[in-house]
Amino acid sequence: METHEAERLAAELAGSPEALRTFLSGLPGVDQVGAEQRAATLATRSIKTTAKQWALDLAVRMVDLTTLEGADTPGKVRALCAKAMRPDPADPGCPPVAAVCVYPTLVPTAVAQLRGSGVHVASVATAFPSGQAPLAVKLDDVRAAVAAGADEVDMVIDRGAFLAGRYEEVFRQIVAVKEACGDAHLKVILETGELVTYDNVRRASWLAMLAGGDFIKTSTGKVAPAATLPVTLVMLEAVRDFRDRTGRQVGVKPAGGIRTAKDAIRYLVLINETVGEDWLDPRWFRFGASSLLNDLLMQRAKMATGRYAGPDYFTLD
Amino acid sequence: MAFEYAPAPESRSVVDIRPEYGLFIDGAFVAAVDGEPMKTVDPASEEVLAEVAQAGPADVDKAVAAARRAYEKVWGRMPGAERAKYLFRIARIVQERARELAVLESIDNGKPIRESRDVDIPLVAAHFFYYAGWADKLAYAGFGTTPLGVAAQVIPWNFPLLMLAWKIAPALAAGNTVVLKPAETTPLTALVFAEICQQADLPPGVVNIVTGAGDTGRTLVEHAGVDKVAFTGSTEVGRQIARSVAGTSKRVTLELGGKAANIVFDDAALDQAVEGIVNGIFFNQGHVCCAGSRLLVQESVADEVLDRLKRRMATLRVGDPLDKNTDVGAINSAEQLARIRTLAGIGEEEGAERWSAPCVLPERGFWFAPTIFTGVTQAHRIAREEIFGPVLSVLTFRTPAEAIEKANNTPYGLSAGIWTEKGSRILWAAERLRAGVVWANTFNKFDPTSPFGGFKESGYGREGGRQGLEAYLAG
Amino acid sequence: MPAKQKRADRTPDAPVRLAVRKTYKLFVGGKFPRSESGRSYPVQGADGGFLANAALASRKDVRDAVQAARKAFGGWSGATAYNRGQILYRIAEMLEGRRAQFADEVAAGTGEPTAAALSTVDAAIDRWVWYAGWADKYAQVLGNANPVAGPYFNLSSPEPTGVVGIVAPAEPLLALVSVVAPAIVTGNTVVVLASERHPLPAITLAEVLATSDLPGGVVNLLTGSAAETAPWLAGHADVNALDLAGVADAGQAAELERLAAENLKRVVRPAADDWRAEPGLGRLAAFVETKTVWHPRGV
Repeated sequence: METHEAERLAAELAGSPEALRTFLSGLPGVDQVGAEQRAATLATRSIKTTAKQWALDLAVRMVDLTTLEGADTPGKVRALCAKAMRPDPADPGCPPVAAVCVYPTLVPTAVAQLRGSGVHVASVATAFPSGQAPLAVKLDDVRAAVAAGADEVDMVIDRGAFLAGRYEEVFRQIVAVKEACGDAHLKVILETGELVTYDNVRRASWLAMLAGGDFIKTSTGKVAPAATLPVTLVMLEAVRDFRDRTGRQVGVKPAGGIRTAKDAIRYLVLINETVGEDWLDPRWFRFGASSLLNDLLMQRAKMATGRYAGPDYFTLD
Repeated sequence: MAFEYAPAPESRSVVDIRPEYGLFIDGAFVAAVDGEPMKTVDPASEEVLAEVAQAGPADVDKAVAAARRAYEKVWGRMPGAERAKYLFRIARIVQERARELAVLESIDNGKPIRESRDVDIPLVAAHFFYYAGWADKLAYAGFGTTPLGVAAQVIPWNFPLLMLAWKIAPALAAGNTVVLKPAETTPLTALVFAEICQQADLPPGVVNIVTGAGDTGRTLVEHAGVDKVAFTGSTEVGRQIARSVAGTSKRVTLELGGKAANIVFDDAALDQAVEGIVNGIFFNQGHVCCAGSRLLVQESVADEVLDRLKRRMATLRVGDPLDKNTDVGAINSAEQLARIRTLAGIGEEEGAERWSAPCVLPERGFWFAPTIFTGVTQAHRIAREEIFGPVLSVLTFRTPAEAIEKANNTPYGLSAGIWTEKGSRILWAAERLRAGVVWANTFNKFDPTSPFGGFKESGYGREGGRQGLEAYLAG
Repeated sequence: MPAKQKRADRTPDAPVRLAVRKTYKLFVGGKFPRSESGRSYPVQGADGGFLANAALASRKDVRDAVQAARKAFGGWSGATAYNRGQILYRIAEMLEGRRAQFADEVAAGTGEPTAAALSTVDAAIDRWVWYAGWADKYAQVLGNANPVAGPYFNLSSPEPTGVVGIVAPAEPLLALVSVVAPAIVTGNTVVVLASERHPLPAITLAEVLATSDLPGGVVNLLTGSAAETAPWLAGHADVNALDLAGVADAGQAAELERLAAENLKRVVRPAADDWRAEPGLGRLAAFVETKTVWHPRGV
C-alpha cells in the first residue's frame, strides 16, 4: 500500500512538466555551509576496535568493485571477478564484495566468472559517462547489458537536460530505462560534480526516486569532484524523506574518490547518524570503488595482527 | 544492523594535575595568606581533582599591588610592538599545548573533548593571536592609546579558558595588567595558563590569577586599587557589580545572561535549521549565555520541524566527556544540575509538554538528558528565565512581525537566530531584533574578530573585534 | 660566500676546510629555477670583491612568474585572514632563526658593521610581525557599514587587487620586506624584481618564504636587471598593480607608469621612503579594492 503512494505521486507529477517543476522547487533548500559543517563534524567520529572491525567487514560487503576504462579486457575483468569473490586469499573469513561493475561489453565475462558466487554484476549504461546520446541508443545500451546478464544497471542522467530545467524529459528517460531494465536493479547516477549545488542534488535525487530508481548514485567517477561526504549527506536525507513520504526505500551509492578505509567508515557513520541502520546493508548502500578494497583489506589485517600492513601483501587486480 | 561505536577515550596522560594549587601572583605560585582551600571536581565522575587555594582579602591586595607595580614599571610603558610579541608567544604556546589544555578543560568542566579540542582551545589561541596584532596598532582602532591600569576580571565556568582569553588578551594588548578570578568549579586551565605566562617570560605581575568563590570575586571587583572591572556571569551578580562601582571611577563591562530566540521561518533549509537548533541549545550542554534556548518556529512548519528535531536529538551521544564521540557531556556542578531540574519541573507544572532524548545516563556524575518543552508560551517561566542547561522551550508564531515581537519580549538581549532562505527577510529581522549578536542560518559561531556582547540586561561592552579594545582604553 | 663565513671555516688546529657555496637562483611558483635564459651576473660586496653569481632574469622569467602569481591568487586570496596572519607570523619566526646568516649577508653587501646589519634584520623581522597583525584587522579599519537612506543593508569591505608587480628598493632586506608584506597580507600575489645590487639576501629570504607554509607562487622573486625586466612587468596585461619603490630614475618611473596605464594598473610611485619608520596603512591600502554590497531589508 505504501509503495502505491510513490506511484500515485509519480503519476500525479509525470503528466505535467509544470507540476514536476513546482514540486521539485518546493523541496526545502540546502544551506551549503551548514550541510558541509554537519558532514565535517560527523567525519570526526572516532571508530575503534570492535566497531572498526565490524565497519570494515561491512564496507567490504558494500563495495561495487569497478573497472571502467577504455583499456578494459576480458582478462582484466576475470581478475577483478576473482578478487571480488575472494578479496583476501590469505583470509577465508573475508567476505566477498557486493558487485562487480563493468562496461556492457564485458558483462558476459563477469557473468561467467561470478555465476553462483552471490556477487552481483552491474553494468553502466545509457551512454556512460556523458549521457549525451539519443534515448533509443541509451535504451539499447541498457537492454544489451541486461540481456548479457547484468542484474544491476548504473545509468547516467542527462545533466544537460536537468541543468536546462527540462526535468520532465529527465524523468521520462529514467522511467524508460527502468522499464528496459526489467528485473535488474536500476542505479541512477546524478553526476553531482556537474550539478554543483546541493539544491540541485536534492532535486535530482527526488526526480530519480519518483521516476523509479532503486538507487541514487553520486558520480561516474569521470568528473571531479566525485563522491563527497556532504553530497552523500544530502542524498541520504533525500532517501530518508522519500521513504517517510512514500514508504518506498531507495539505496545510495557514492562513487569515485573513496580510496581509504577511513573514508569508507566516515560514510558508514554518516548513514548511521542520518538515516539509521536500515541503510547499513549492502542492499541499500554501496561504494563505487576500486582501490578502496585493498585499503580495507590492509586495515582488516592491521586489526587482526596489531601491525601495520604493506601494499605488497595484497593482490593488485 | 546496529552500528555501535566502541569507546574512544582521549588519553588523560597528556595532563598532569597537581594535588594542590596556590595563587599566581607576581609571576609565581604562592600559598594563600588566609582561607581554606577548595576542591575542584570532575563533574563526570564526582571525583576530586585537586585542592585549589581560595584568595582572601590579603591575597587580593597582594595581587592588585603586583598588577599595579607591573603596570607602572613595565607593561604600561612598554612599546606596543613588544607587548605584541609577548601575546604572540602566548598564542603559540597555547597552540603547542592545545591537546593538554583541551583534555584538562573537559575533565574540569565536563564538556565533550570534541568541543574543547575543536572549539574552545583553537579559539583561545586565535583570540591571543588577534589581539597581539592590535597591541602596536591601537592608534588605528579609534579608542585612543592610553590604557586604564589594573583590570579586575571575573569569569564563568562554561568556557573557562576561552573566557580567560576574551578577558586577558585585549586587556594586555591595550597595556593594562590584570588580576583574574576563574570560576570556583573550573580553575585548572587558568592555572596552566599561569604556567604558560611563565614559559612566555611574561613580566611578573602582568597577569595574576586568584582562585576562589564568590567572595573572592566580590573582594576583587570592589578593591579600591582596580581601574576596570570586567565580568562575565549571571545578570544578578552583574547588577550587584554595577551597584558596587557606582560613585567610583572604575570602568565596567558586563557580559551577562540571555534567553535567545532562534526563529525558524517556513522557508528555512530544514535539515540545516534542525542542526542549528541542536547546536544552539545542546552545544556545551546548553551552558552558554547566548544559547538559542527559545525556539520560535512558524506554525505552518512546526510539526515537521519538531519531528525532525526529535529524530535528530535521538542520535545525540550523551556521556563521558573524554570520549571523542560524545556530543553532550556532563553538567558542570551539582548546583547547576539542581537548578536545571527545578526549572524543568516548573515547566511541567505549568503545563508544558516535556520530551527528552532517549539516552542512558551514567550513574555517577551530573547529567541531564537533552530535553525540549513544547506548548510553551511567553507566560511560562521556562520561556523567560535562563535555564543554562540542555533544555529548549518551543513556541510558535504566525507572522514575521509576531516572531520579532516575541523574540524581543524579554529583559535579555544577547543573541538571536534567524532561519530562512530569503536574504531580505534575514536583514529585516536582524534590524529589528534587540540583541547584540544575530546569527542567520547558523548559530553559536564565535571569532576573535567579531564583537560579542548584549543589549539590555544581557550586559554592556563588547568582547572581540576592534570594538573589544574600547573596554580597555581611556579614550 | 661572504668573507665572514670564510673566517668561520677555520678553527685553530684543524686543516682549512673548503666552504660549500650556495647557488643563488630565482624563486618562482614555490620552486627555485635558474633563469630560462641561462644567464647570471656577478654580485659584488661593498669592497668590490666577488660574493656570488646571481641569476639574471629575462622577460620570459617575468612571464613565468606572473603566471605563477596568477595561479596562486585564488587560493591565497581565498584563505582566511587568520590563516594569512599565521603564515606571515611564521615567516617572522623562520627569519628570526636565521638572523645571523642574514646579518652576514646584508653586511657583506653593504659593508656596514654587523651590529648595524643585525638591526636591519631585526627591523625586517618586526615588520613581518606588524603586517601579520594586520591580516585580520585592515578590513575592520578600511571597511565599514554605510547608513544609506533606504531599506538596504550596505557594507563596504576591501578585497585584494590581484597580481602586484614590485620593483624592490635598492636597500637590502628591510626595504624588500616593507614592500612585499603589505601587498601579500591582504591576499595579493606578487612578482618582485629584487635589488640588483643586493640580490643575495632577497634569495635567502625566498628560502625562508619557501619553508613558512606560504603557498608557492604567492611571492615570486626575480634577480637581475630591473631596467631590463621592469618594462615587461609594467606592460604585462595580467598584472593588476605596480609598486615602483625601487625605481630611482624619474624618467624610467614615468615610462613604467605609462606602460602600466595600458590596463589601468594601480601604481605606487617611487618616494623617499624611510623604511625604518612605522609604515602606516598606505602601502597596504594601495593594493586593495573596496567592494560595496547592497541588499534589501524586507519580509
